[in-house]
Amino acid sequence: MSTPYAKLPAWADYGLIPLINLAVAFIVAGFVVMLVGENPFRAAVILVEGAFGKGTGIAFTLFYATTFIFSGLSVAVAAHCGLFNIGGEGQGYIAGLGIGIVSLAFDSVLPWWLTFPIAIIAAAAMGALWALIPAYLQAKRGSHIVITTIMFNFIAASVMVYALVGFLKPPSSMAPQTRTFLDGAQLPKLNWVIELFGAKIRSAPLNISFLLALVMAFLVWLLIWRTRLGYEMRTYGHSPKAARYAGISETRIIIIAMMISGALAGMMALNPTMGDQHNVALDFVSGAGFVGIAVALMGRLHPVGIVLAAILFGMLYQGGAELAFEMPAISRDMIVIIQGLVILFAGALEHMFRPYVQALFASISPRTVGMEAAKGKGA
Amino acid sequence: MAQAAIELIGINKSFGAVRANRDINLEIARGTIHGIVGENGAGKSTLMSILYGFYQADSGEIRVGGKPASIKTPNDAIALGIGMVHQHFMLVDNFSVLENVILGAESDALLKKSIAKARSELERLEREYGLEVDPDAIIEELPVGLQQRVEILKALYRGAEILILDEPTGVLTPAEADHLFRILKQLKEQGKTIVLITHKLREIMAITDTVSVMRQGTMVATRETRKTTVEELAELMVGRRVLLRVEKGEAEAGGVKLAVKNLTVKDQRGVTMVDDISFDLRAGEIVGIAGVAGNGQSELLEAISGIRHAVSGSVMLEGKPIDLTGAADPGELRDRGLAHVPEDRHHVGLVLAFEENENSILGYHDDERYLKGPFLDIDAIRNDARDKITKYDIRPADCRLKTANFSGGNQQKIVLAREMEQHPGVLIVGQPTRGVDVGAIEFIHKRLIAMRDQGKAVLVVSVELDEIRSLSDRILVMFAGRIVGERGPEASEGELGLLMAGVEQREAAE
Repeated sequence: MSTPYAKLPAWADYGLIPLINLAVAFIVAGFVVMLVGENPFRAAVILVEGAFGKGTGIAFTLFYATTFIFSGLSVAVAAHCGLFNIGGEGQGYIAGLGIGIVSLAFDSVLPWWLTFPIAIIAAAAMGALWALIPAYLQAKRGSHIVITTIMFNFIAASVMVYALVGFLKPPSSMAPQTRTFLDGAQLPKLNWVIELFGAKIRSAPLNISFLLALVMAFLVWLLIWRTRLGYEMRTYGHSPKAARYAGISETRIIIIAMMISGALAGMMALNPTMGDQHNVALDFVSGAGFVGIAVALMGRLHPVGIVLAAILFGMLYQGGAELAFEMPAISRDMIVIIQGLVILFAGALEHMFRPYVQALFASISPRTVGMEAAKGKGA
Repeated sequence: MAQAAIELIGINKSFGAVRANRDINLEIARGTIHGIVGENGAGKSTLMSILYGFYQADSGEIRVGGKPASIKTPNDAIALGIGMVHQHFMLVDNFSVLENVILGAESDALLKKSIAKARSELERLEREYGLEVDPDAIIEELPVGLQQRVEILKALYRGAEILILDEPTGVLTPAEADHLFRILKQLKEQGKTIVLITHKLREIMAITDTVSVMRQGTMVATRETRKTTVEELAELMVGRRVLLRVEKGEAEAGGVKLAVKNLTVKDQRGVTMVDDISFDLRAGEIVGIAGVAGNGQSELLEAISGIRHAVSGSVMLEGKPIDLTGAADPGELRDRGLAHVPEDRHHVGLVLAFEENENSILGYHDDERYLKGPFLDIDAIRNDARDKITKYDIRPADCRLKTANFSGGNQQKIVLAREMEQHPGVLIVGQPTRGVDVGAIEFIHKRLIAMRDQGKAVLVVSVELDEIRSLSDRILVMFAGRIVGERGPEASEGELGLLMAGVEQREAAE
């Protein structure tokens, strides 16, 4: 009676409930589309076709997904340690500083496959550093990590404006961005992979950082479920008291978890800069850090779920752009509304339908809900 | 005899297989102070929760003022003039006294009128009952005794004629407790009815008119206080039921393993919880610490195991001191051979969301046996967990199952298996069988005695007197943070019960 979120079979927990949430989000979004006088079914078709119909669409979808995988993993790593890192946006943004400096310094002398690892380290280091200060304040002073990481988003934004109108900008330029990177800091495209499957691609920014994101997803899984450090993080995340009892240092675990989280957030900056625009521009993160929160929640903090959720959000971004193009009544802002609805239902209202699903399962068969195990079968 | 304020007739209440209240009959006369005593888990709090509408009785009838009453929620109880002062206060810490008093009883959308009304009402209550408290003080700035007074005021403000107090003196200093009793007597003189739940027999003798004793969910006796004695109540409380005694031979105590000297521990509020305690724990013996919950046993255990700061004193483990600053590394103490089974297995001893095998290495997760470099050696961990499952008969025998899905007894076995299989020199155990079913109790007791027979030193803290008597070679009784007596295992329950209740031996003899 005191466990409102008791057991469901795994497939319902990880498959059915996210699908219900998603369906409700799209139904509500459909009403919004009707309100502006368009046919919601045609809108849905355009959205899905725009994202997955053609090779170019798929490439764009995966390009957007790349950034969201990094930011989703970042949120998940911190969440497994019981910390809500809401500062992915700032950690990713400030990482652009490291990427910019590395790229500008090495793009004329090194090939991309040497610049890339250096840039990865620089981006991860900047992101980790940006998470370190809030982490230290939380661990040593008890300053709430949500507040401090939000504030550090603003500080990062200001630092980046300062850098981009200052030393990062070419002296003669009027635009607050770095010069275009040379070949030595341009990541190779992955479009040929999709073309292998016979699809045609005109021009799309999908690049090798997508593979890095997948590798990171695997490494995060390894870290969380297969290493001693991950074990300690999960212990602290579930029960700080148990962690204390087990001899896990609170300070150490908070700082390490936040730095890993920050490093992952930092890596998301590689995709839009070295992978796409070939420069570091003002506001290049454009909210991807916050989308990571929804991605992580929807992916149930598991790397596989995060990759899938990131692709869903990539689809919304890409399909949404197509939709705005095809249906003039649906503006770019309307797409943001639809995305917001998905975040609302899949993220914030994640548990809204759970009690009903549980009641349904319980009425079909109490055994599937694991009641008898919870009550205990004696010693 | 005065008219009954409350009658409980044939109350039954079960939680799963546990029958918390069995066929309880109780009559509380108007204008009296009625005490209800019993050991932890005897069903006192459940009974009062039924009366206050937190729980519904499975069967039975409640009559208030002679009329059958249906009490489904606390609001129903309040409407019938029943007020409750909880053991853990239900106050909003950063509200003023006035705001707390009107909370939930606001008469208007705007607070002004309610506050004005409450202010004059509080003044009246203060005059009539001596319940002085500054109405504009902020709760968190008030000492505990005054916070409790606010709870009483809250109940009276809602027109309570019957006041239930659940372990009211647990958090109070003796002086505050005395003041509380004066207030209660005054309330009684004004015609209020007071129900006092406690396990402190001295309080019962000092203030109540009638006293009812509960044991294992049943009401075993009701006595007029002046016609009974502390000895009789202690005996009724503890009962004469057959002991679940485990066979054990004589202890062969060896050298001192753990030496506690002048240990003093304060809690977050600065209240002294462990007061200048000294004792030795030797190899090959089980020392039991008896006492009513909340008399400092938890704090003692936590200080010894290095997770709570001690104000002064020392603890020597195998001749070397334990860091008592609260910054001790429990991992290092484990390496030195100190294993700890914490009282609270749900939040401290286990991570309920983990698989069983993950919990079987908690605290020992940096042991080389379970690691391959920085990685967990999953196979080794699971094999190890399976071994323990077999050895300790943990059911269901599935090391991948979530720990939350095991019964209390099996959860406790998971913790015990983990700690005992490290073969520590010293094992300290808090509440070894709390919430554990009978079959598992015997198993756990046998294991603890086997450890002793291997020459290990075992310290057991329990609120179950039977358990202490059955396991211990020496019994230390804690009361109000001090060790008030040491007895052998042959000490009678009555004798120990008196010590636990804070009644000095000579006092009882008079």
